[in-house]
Amino acid sequence: MGLETAFGHSYLTTRLDEAVNWARKYSLFNYPFVTACCGMEFMSAFASTYDISRFGAEYPRFSPRQADVLFVVGTVNEKLAPVLKRVYDQMCEPKWVVSFGVCATSGGFYDNYATVQGIDKIIPVDIYIPGCPPRPEAVLDALVKLQQKVATESVLDKKYK
Amino acid sequence: MTSYLMETVRSKFPDAVLETHSFRGDETVVVKKEALADVAAFLRDSLGFDMLMDLTAADYLPREPRFELVCHFYSTKHNYRLRLKCPVGGEQPSLASLTPLWPGADWFEREVWDMYGIRFEGHPDLRRVLMYDGFEGHPLRKDYPLKKRQPRIAHRD
Amino acid sequence: MTDRKHAELPKNWELEKLEDGRMVLNMGPSHPAMHGIVRVLLTVQGERITDADVEIGYLHRGFEKTCETVTYNQCVPYTDRLNYVSPFINNVGFALAVEKLMGIETPARCQYIRVIMSELSRLTDHLTCIGANAMELSAFTVYFYLINAREALYRLTDSVAGGRITPAYTRVGGVTRDLPPDFKAATAEVFKTVRKNLADAEKMLTRNRIFYDRLHNTGVIGKEEAIARSFTGPVLRSTGVPLDVRKATPYLVYDRFDFDIPVGSNGDNYDRYLVRIEEMKQSMRIVEQALAQLPAGPVNHPDYGVTLPPKEEVYGNIEALMAHFKLTFEGVKPPKGEVYQAVEGGNGEVGFYIVSDGTGNPWRLRVRPPCFPLTAGLSRMIKGAYIADIISTFGQVNMIGGELER
Repeated sequence: MGLETAFGHSYLTTRLDEAVNWARKYSLFNYPFVTACCGMEFMSAFASTYDISRFGAEYPRFSPRQADVLFVVGTVNEKLAPVLKRVYDQMCEPKWVVSFGVCATSGGFYDNYATVQGIDKIIPVDIYIPGCPPRPEAVLDALVKLQQKVATESVLDKKYK
Repeated sequence: MTSYLMETVRSKFPDAVLETHSFRGDETVVVKKEALADVAAFLRDSLGFDMLMDLTAADYLPREPRFELVCHFYSTKHNYRLRLKCPVGGEQPSLASLTPLWPGADWFEREVWDMYGIRFEGHPDLRRVLMYDGFEGHPLRKDYPLKKRQPRIAHRD
Repeated sequence: MTDRKHAELPKNWELEKLEDGRMVLNMGPSHPAMHGIVRVLLTVQGERITDADVEIGYLHRGFEKTCETVTYNQCVPYTDRLNYVSPFINNVGFALAVEKLMGIETPARCQYIRVIMSELSRLTDHLTCIGANAMELSAFTVYFYLINAREALYRLTDSVAGGRITPAYTRVGGVTRDLPPDFKAATAEVFKTVRKNLADAEKMLTRNRIFYDRLHNTGVIGKEEAIARSFTGPVLRSTGVPLDVRKATPYLVYDRFDFDIPVGSNGDNYDRYLVRIEEMKQSMRIVEQALAQLPAGPVNHPDYGVTLPPKEEVYGNIEALMAHFKLTFEGVKPPKGEVYQAVEGGNGEVGFYIVSDGTGNPWRLRVRPPCFPLTAGLSRMIKGAYIADIISTFGQVNMIGGELER
């Protein structure tokens, strides 16, 4: 930890938290881990009609080292699970995970030998978006909720030690 | 015209053809597994079936022979279709590969090996195509339970 | 055939340098240009590809085995998610296959509606393919224009079927509901948008030097080899073979419309792009003719052993109640037998092979995916090319993960 935590829980640290969180939540770089049909609604949410760039989250970063948010879009099956874990491990803190669609949330209606029943069996998830596929408005709602979650974090949090 | 194909195949291979039938406009010829490569070559060279549209299998457990290879052929020149079926069974079912005749059979046969466990002799590179390498068993067989999971990495919960 | 030694190389994720200066690179499953997830293990000499091994299976969801455990009508939502950019075509193909097995025919209005929705799906398929391919070649504006056109089409299909991407619109014996009353006017408006966006995209791409150089003479394949490798669809038509299921074995009411099949000559990516653009214009032509000829009448088969009876009768008389109960719990019961039904999808011939044992669940349901042989032939098409040519070839092959791996 750095100098910014020298004051502990105090006025200066909360002001710092607000500034840092303001910067983080309005410039989320996403890593689109797109697999299946939800990718079509992902494309719609990121295109001009349901413009997600209004919220600052437009620019996809195709390297996990440069991304903040991991959007897991679509079904993850057993063959793909180690790939997902590896991509998640390569991301730097602070990082968040959005599980886009019911297949990523809980396996969807694919309850069989091939599908992982939800990516939270592999990596921790922050926001779940239900829908098969979710409408682009639901994606925007989820992004706003993620921004609200980011706003509650603090530089004193254990995960940044 | 409709039964011309079936009759030609039957007259050329009288002891290899087990049955022919036509159902809802689809013509089917069932042959013995030893004659598969010869019949397929005859279809391509003499009857003009230049495209192998599909190659798959079906599992008829508990009937013996258990599996049935199903090939759909299409002729681009004459615009007709034919289905060729070939029952195969046993502990290590195996058939002749159709890749020397149609290179497109390559991945179709890999998928049949992956899902059903039928080997193809003469296939250049027979390995799994849809499941991962360490997967045990052949999922589309009737005795493989639908929900039997084989996690590739350890799950958190 | 592939280099045999290549298949024995360890399938790991790090790059490896071979003794003769070649490198083994992994174009991994999670990659911006691998639409969905396909892994290509490349052996390169500088920038030239000497060998390529395409590995799929990262989206295998057990469609065929799951469909053996549910009734025929319950399979329809699963078929949506096969080729998820043109879901209506899969729905229609599956319903036609089961109806062929049962030997029934749907009323004329239903057939026209199915044709209209299939062609709208073909439009969304080609728009997505060209938009995504253009984006990967850095033509971002084209992507936004074509996705805008696609949004207008989605709003239209949403008003008909209730779903943008996963409508589950057909049932055995008909469709879920009739077209909304203002459909014809709405379609005319949407086609104005689509035609305008398509014209803008064409102005930016077709005679663009960079786009032409990236696509011309890349991913070339010859006529006989394409047929031997079981290619169908725009890729086959770009080589010069005029094969289209809608003309060869017309299904539904396609024989009543006047439309052309665009055919290329070179067998390269540029021809595939041109074939797709022209097919979109022909699709709009078909929809306009169909709307002009659309007859009035019922949209479902009259037999209650196949179609659900209307709710007033279910609550009114006992026969309809029993028919509703049996259909919902046990499903339609085709006779024993097997059929193969082919329809023309966005990528080629989508074939449904169904084996029935007389019960309400299929014994075997097989989908012949058009992009399966195309992806198998991908390693042949990119051998000897630059790494940059993979992007154009892969984009124009239009591999859709849901269909490839079911």
